[in-house]
Amino acid sequence: MKLRTKIVVLSLFALLLILLFLFIGLGSNWGYSLERRAWKIAAIVLTGVCIAFSTVIFQTVTNNRILTPNIIGLDSMYMLIQTAVVYVFGSTNKLLVDSNLNFMLTLALMMVFALLLYWVMFRREGNHLYFLLLVGIILGTLLGSMTTFLQLLIDPSEFLVLQGRMFASFNSVQGQLTVICYIVAIAVGLYYMRLHKYMDAISLGKGHAVNLGVPYDAVVKQLLVIIAALISVATALVGPLTFLGLLVANVAYQFMKTYRHAYLIPGAILISIIALVGGQLIVERVFSFTTTVSVIINLVGGIYFLYLLLRENKS
Amino acid sequence: MKLRYLVIALIVLSIASVFIGVKDISPFDLFSLNEDQLEVLMISRIPRLVSIIIAGVSMGIVGLIMQQLSRNKFVSPTTGGTDDSARLGILVSLLLFTNATPMQKMLVAFVFALLGTFVFMKILDKVKYKDAIFIPLVGLMFGNIITSFSTFYAYKYDLIQSLSAWLQGNFALTMKGRYELLYVSIPAVILAYLYANRFTIAGMGEEFAVNLGLNYKRVVNLGLVIVALVSSVVMLTVGTIPFLGLIIPNIVTMYQGDNLKKNLPHTAVLGAVFVLACDVLGRVVIYPYEVPIGLTVGVLGSGIFLYLLMRRRAYEA
Repeated sequence: MKLRTKIVVLSLFALLLILLFLFIGLGSNWGYSLERRAWKIAAIVLTGVCIAFSTVIFQTVTNNRILTPNIIGLDSMYMLIQTAVVYVFGSTNKLLVDSNLNFMLTLALMMVFALLLYWVMFRREGNHLYFLLLVGIILGTLLGSMTTFLQLLIDPSEFLVLQGRMFASFNSVQGQLTVICYIVAIAVGLYYMRLHKYMDAISLGKGHAVNLGVPYDAVVKQLLVIIAALISVATALVGPLTFLGLLVANVAYQFMKTYRHAYLIPGAILISIIALVGGQLIVERVFSFTTTVSVIINLVGGIYFLYLLLRENKS
Repeated sequence: MKLRYLVIALIVLSIASVFIGVKDISPFDLFSLNEDQLEVLMISRIPRLVSIIIAGVSMGIVGLIMQQLSRNKFVSPTTGGTDDSARLGILVSLLLFTNATPMQKMLVAFVFALLGTFVFMKILDKVKYKDAIFIPLVGLMFGNIITSFSTFYAYKYDLIQSLSAWLQGNFALTMKGRYELLYVSIPAVILAYLYANRFTIAGMGEEFAVNLGLNYKRVVNLGLVIVALVSSVVMLTVGTIPFLGLIIPNIVTMYQGDNLKKNLPHTAVLGAVFVLACDVLGRVVIYPYEVPIGLTVGVLGSGIFLYLLMRRRAYEA
């Protein structure tokens, strides 16, 4: 009962923010502005859902609350793809300007990267998950140093075009793409429903989960693929948002005070929507677009993470 | 025994490094140099060699100290937030003093690197789950956060592309008048050698070290000061050389064991040899252009690090 009230409160708050975002300062040309804003909000909600959802699953699977799925190198892969496109083809090439094409290319390459990583790592028996993560991070650093190298070679004016891609931003999201993303996300979500019943058991750790009859390895592999798919969709649509998941998942644990995923996941999703819509409102109304929502979220998320590290581990 | 081979390799590579480059200078010209050649030698080639050797030696030793103090083989300035903090420091010094002298920049970067490393060590104290692989994971996340601060400011002041320049270690710009700051790390390295035994004892844990009569806090703090100083100096003059402090000590440990005092000379020489080899490679691959050292070491370094990790797992299995 109490948990349900919390979800209702969060939903109302999220709805309020969305309405504020849609209708605040709507000028005379309201039909046009409203349509643009509606697409923006659709993209924001989708990103928020994908990231919150995958982070909660990821933290349950890894049994750790200070990790985020972006760190396995997906963000670095995104950066490298964008940088390489600008470097090789220039900032006016179709691969960069045509957002559908760019999206498909990015999504495909990111998925290939994640699946290859999983495949190589799980081929060897008995590798545990932290090892996979560390390898992912190192690959991320490797991709990062290649990206930096290319970025130094890029002409400064072309670099500005690239910089627009380096930070998540909802200002240039295309309607058509958002629809495609929704379809992909819903398909992945439906697939997840088959695994949902195992989540609470998996959060007890591998030993308990196996004892309770969960086909642990198979389920975890499928969950990791789901995570990679959702993160790739969100990143390819708007750009990297590294610390959003960390922030909202931990706020959700603290606020919901439960271990049941039936409540945790919706809670995290709603908090994520609130954070993103609120953040975007602040960027537009307070900073009047001088910064981007990803920079703010990464900053707040980063400070919160430090606080978590220094506080929670005491007990 | 093996040290002798390393020193020979170092000498051979040093000679190669001096005579490789766009301006043609052959070893036979050495006694009949014309003015041009002499100038290239004195202004560019020799400073480059000196700075490579200093950077290689000191980064290797710094990594060794960090690993000893944190009791984890996978901790280094790259995986402990030191590099990222130093970079934030450089950025801050650029914003605070528009005409910062290298000395001012170094001081600010040093303070930031020291603070960052200190916070990381504090975090290590508080993390209850001390899995050898989990620790560097925390360190890399910590580094990512520091970088997000830097990005916040850099984005605001349009410095993102300049920030990339410090991400990329590069010896191409070292010449007379621009690398002398590196000499600051020489006393730090000597100090590290003098304190080697004390670092070893400190690595055994606070209680044990205090029992043996060691001023634990002071030794650890001194170690962190050396780490931060060397990292910020190298960052300012050369840029980031990722993974260097990580792989060199690990390779030495593989054939030498864990005696810090005995390992220090090996780590120092191997560090110099490795950086020098990477630099010569980077200069030859796309001659007459060159690949920056940050990229060569980044690619080779992450490969070697992955190999070390795999190898460790193989032993455990």
